[in-house]
Amino acid sequence: MFQIAQQASADALGPVTPALFFCGAAMVVVSAWAIVFTRSVVRMCFFLLLTLGSVAGLFFFLEAELLGAIQLIVYVGGTLILIVFGVMLTGKPPHAETVVKWSELVLGSLVALVLVGGLLIAWSRLSMPVASEEASPNNAVAAAGRALLSSYLAPFEVMGVLLLVVMVGAAHIARRKAQ
Amino acid sequence: MPNDVLQIGLTHFVVLSIALAGAGVATIITRRNAIGILIGVELILNAASLNLVAFNHYQWRTTPVTLTAKSEMLDGDRLVEPAVAATTPAGKTKATASSPQPVRVLRPAIDGQMFALFIVVLAAAEAAVALSVILNFYNRYGSIDVEHADALHG
Repeated sequence: MFQIAQQASADALGPVTPALFFCGAAMVVVSAWAIVFTRSVVRMCFFLLLTLGSVAGLFFFLEAELLGAIQLIVYVGGTLILIVFGVMLTGKPPHAETVVKWSELVLGSLVALVLVGGLLIAWSRLSMPVASEEASPNNAVAAAGRALLSSYLAPFEVMGVLLLVVMVGAAHIARRKAQ
Repeated sequence: MPNDVLQIGLTHFVVLSIALAGAGVATIITRRNAIGILIGVELILNAASLNLVAFNHYQWRTTPVTLTAKSEMLDGDRLVEPAVAATTPAGKTKATASSPQPVRVLRPAIDGQMFALFIVVLAAAEAAVALSVILNFYNRYGSIDVEHADALHG
C-alpha cells in the first residue's frame, strides 16, 4: 500500500539518485549529438542504439518500467534492427557515407542551436504548476494494463489495425516487382 | 543553487529532451541520406516520449475519482479527505469499516505513459513504411540520396 510519506524536501523521486540520472542524461546527450557529427550511417545506427538504450534507462528511472521494457524490445530490438537492415540493403559504398557539406553542418547546427535556445528560454519563462513533489507509487504496470483495457481501449484496438495495415502495406511496397 | 540542480525534477527532463530534439533536428537538416533522416525523426520522437513520461511522473491526476467503497481502492490510490477533515493527513483516516461509504481518491497518472507507448508503436510502423519506401526508391534509382527524389519537382 502506498504510504503517504511527505518528506517535502527529500528527494522527490524516491529511489532516484541524481548520479544515476546524470549518467543516463550524459549518455543520451553525448550519443544523440554523436549521431549528428558522425558520417557513417552504420555509426549513426550504433549511436542511435546507445541513445535509445539510455532513454529506456531513464524510463526505468521515472518508474515507467513497462514503457522502458517496451522501448528496449520494440525500439532497440525491432525498429533499430529494421534500420540496420535498411542500411545493409541500400548501402553501396558511395552512398553509405554521408558527405556533409560544411555549410550544411553549420546551418544545421545553427538551426538546432536556435531551436534549443528558444525552447530553453520558453521553458525558463514558463512557471509550471504541475511539478508536484510527490513520487507516484510503483504500480505503473498494473495501471497501464487497466488503462489499456478501459479508457484507452479504442486507441489500443486502432493501433492493432494500424500495425496490420502497415505490415501488409510495407510488404507490398518493398516487394521486388516481377519484370 | 547546487541543491536544486541535484534534486532531479521536471526541468532536468525537459532540458534533456530539448537537447535530444535539437540533435534530431540537426540530424534531419544535415543528412541527405534518407536513412539518416529517419534516424533524426526517431530522435525527435524519443524526445517527445521522454517529455510525456516525465510530465506523467511528476503529476498526479488532479480530478479525484469517486469510488463506492474504500475496498475498491487500488494500489497507489491516495485518499482525498472531505473538506471538513482537510487538516488531518491523508491516508491516516479512521479505520472504520462499518458501512461502505463512497470515498474520493487521487489515482496516479498513467496518460503520459500511454501516449508514449503509442508513440513507440507509431514509430515502429513509421520506420517500417519508410524503409520499404526507401528500399523501393533504391531499387529504382540506385541511391537513397533524397536530392535524387525530385521526380515530383516539376
